[in-house]
Amino acid sequence: MKSIEQLLAENPFFEGLDDETLTTIAGCAQNVHLREGETLFQADDLADQCFVLRTGRVALEIVDSGGHGMIVDTVQAGDLVGLAWLVPPYRWDLDARAVEPVNAVAFDAMCLRTKCDKDPRVGYLLMQRVAGTMHDRIRSARVRLLDVYGVPGGS
Amino acid sequence: MRDNTVEAPQTHTLLLEPSDGVALTFAPGQFTMLGRPGHAEIPISVSGAADHPELLEHTVRAVGDASAALIDARPGDVVLVRGPYGRGWEIADAEGGDVLIVAGGIGLAPLRPAILEVLAHRERYGRVTLVYGSRTPDQLIFQEELERWRGRFDVDVAVTVDSATPGWRGHVGLVTSLLPRDVDADSTMAFVCGPEIMMRLTADALVDAELPPGQVRVSMERNMKCGIGLCGHCQLRELFICVDGPVFGYQRVRSLLLGRGL
Amino acid sequence: MSGAGQHDDAPVVLDVAGLQALLGALVGRGYALIGPTVRGGAVVPGPIASVDDLPSGVGDQQEPGHYRLTATGRTEFFGYAAPAISWKPFLFPAERVVWRAADDGTTPVAPPESAPRQALIGVRACDLSAIQVQDRVFLQREHVDPDYATRRMSTFIVAVGCAHPASTCFCTSMGTGPVPDAGYDISLTELVDTGAHRFVATPGSPLGHDVLTELPGQAVGSDDLAAADHVGAQAVAAMGKGLGVDTFDLRDLLYANAEHLRWSEVAERCLACSNCTMACPTCFCVTAVDTSDLGAGPARLSVWDSCFAEGHSMLGDRPVRSTTRTRYRQWLTHKFASWIDQFGTSGCVGCGRCITWCPAGIDVREELAAIRETTGSPGPEEARS
Repeated sequence: MKSIEQLLAENPFFEGLDDETLTTIAGCAQNVHLREGETLFQADDLADQCFVLRTGRVALEIVDSGGHGMIVDTVQAGDLVGLAWLVPPYRWDLDARAVEPVNAVAFDAMCLRTKCDKDPRVGYLLMQRVAGTMHDRIRSARVRLLDVYGVPGGS
Repeated sequence: MRDNTVEAPQTHTLLLEPSDGVALTFAPGQFTMLGRPGHAEIPISVSGAADHPELLEHTVRAVGDASAALIDARPGDVVLVRGPYGRGWEIADAEGGDVLIVAGGIGLAPLRPAILEVLAHRERYGRVTLVYGSRTPDQLIFQEELERWRGRFDVDVAVTVDSATPGWRGHVGLVTSLLPRDVDADSTMAFVCGPEIMMRLTADALVDAELPPGQVRVSMERNMKCGIGLCGHCQLRELFICVDGPVFGYQRVRSLLLGRGL
Repeated sequence: MSGAGQHDDAPVVLDVAGLQALLGALVGRGYALIGPTVRGGAVVPGPIASVDDLPSGVGDQQEPGHYRLTATGRTEFFGYAAPAISWKPFLFPAERVVWRAADDGTTPVAPPESAPRQALIGVRACDLSAIQVQDRVFLQREHVDPDYATRRMSTFIVAVGCAHPASTCFCTSMGTGPVPDAGYDISLTELVDTGAHRFVATPGSPLGHDVLTELPGQAVGSDDLAAADHVGAQAVAAMGKGLGVDTFDLRDLLYANAEHLRWSEVAERCLACSNCTMACPTCFCVTAVDTSDLGAGPARLSVWDSCFAEGHSMLGDRPVRSTTRTRYRQWLTHKFASWIDQFGTSGCVGCGRCITWCPAGIDVREELAAIRETTGSPGPEEARS
């Protein structure tokens, strides 16, 4: 059985982090397993967790009260699910659902934020990686907004 | 015209039979100048199997008068064909190594003959991966064939859409998000076709993953009137897209793709 | 057919009657004569019948955006610089039939390949070079233009050395003149200043040699040879006083300066009127036009086009080159840079027509100099030190 630190060290999301930092954040983490179709969180829930995926895929969706909606992004192994845990009022604005069986490391959001407050160096290293995820998501959203495949005049 | 099938809204595959019985042989990635009588000719890549040219397939998307006239053709109608022209994928260059095919939107059509050639000689290639993206699920073309390819054990097929519709349970995101993370940079050749921005982002992502730019091929598009290098319309600085391309190694067009209005 | 051959290419001297005999010999061989004529206040190539139709005593004054004929006060037939319209329309007409529909109204049928014989009389060295440039475009690549090939084979060229370059001429910069050195059947140098009005005639092909031997010409004395050389030297000197083009590394210079501010600056003056591309003897862009005229049925025509036209680079619903700035940049970069990679020579022959006929008076020599000046790229002086 691997320790949490080992699982974090193996994950591309944490590449380059020193052992001390890994141990610090491992203290907020636990290994989780989700079945296909299982929900990680729903819009407007308290954003008290975040997840770094080890295997499997998670769809981020926006849905209405009838449960009808659309997938707006797919997160894969080695990526972070959840950004709202960093930004007050700490409420999710999307649903997240496993579209395949998922193994992930789940972090307690308050625990992580507290550790970042106490040790700014850990905070900075973590924020660099979160900024990377944000950059990728924004770029993907912008390029998709361009509608590069669009037929001129509609359709 | 023998047959006209709808692939996606405004996108049809035309099956053409030569009126003189002489098959038009072509190489994957080449195009013909295609037009209904009384309408302009436009360059359309051949989208069928190169080893069965007696029934010539072209997948056309209606964006103007000439293409709309083509997709409106009915079996029995005459279509004028000139060609084949241009430099194709030359996919045999990838023999002995891994093949990565990345298609966006109707870009899957010019790549289809290359995919069919690889599958017809599967033993000559290593790992074969197809990554395909379109705007929405209903814009995916060759869906039945995609499912057949996905069903094989010797091909990895990954499909994504920019924007889902209700009921889509597949991947959502750019094609770059589906590029294999463990690509063998030394032995992989990538063949990329789709809108220019999509090709540039994909090629750059592959170069970031250590693929030499010369191992990434893209298919360029420009306005063409003659298809044979004489009308001057398809120029991209010193390149005539119709005779020097349309397929180019990325190293040749990389800086030109960053130009604006060249 | 032009080109140097293995023959005795000794020059001869023709007087004016001898020149008339040359025209007669060509007519006798079935050539329609096309020579310089005065029409609409300009020297333009057109049908001629005899030396009487040549523009005797006519000179020209050319500046950016300015063209005027002058009276030289001499009896020279070729006292102007170059005709306002080049010889391009005679080898590469502005409108050509690509195919006509057969009786079924659909099947394209190419027109029969034949062209009437034509003799171009008075082609300057710059225009000779332009023909050679177009030969590379139309004849020496994978796909040959059959119409150009047929007309070219039926064309006899009588070149004339330039004596009076215009201020807009810069063939010396481009290495294309003023003395014709290849690509002609016969080359003439007109002498009027010393003695009788006469022409030193040199054959440049076996056909040219054959035609010359039919004529009442005298062997050339050394005085006349010297006089002919002097004409060329004077033309070079006259051009040396005007603005030229520094062609050193010009291709790399233009490639590296796609975002130079000068492009925006010239775009404020350029009207995108396409005069330059129409006047240019090497521009070759064409577009396809489908017609269905009731009499002759459906046909496809190949018609001159210009990269200044908005639709030239149309892709989908918008042009790749959507501004005058990008289109001007395309034209100049193609002419002086990309052409070299595509065809092995510059696309410009220094005839200056684009300068003379630009309504905004844009001078390509100035534009190129401005781009070179503000990049700090070394000219030949610095490179040698």
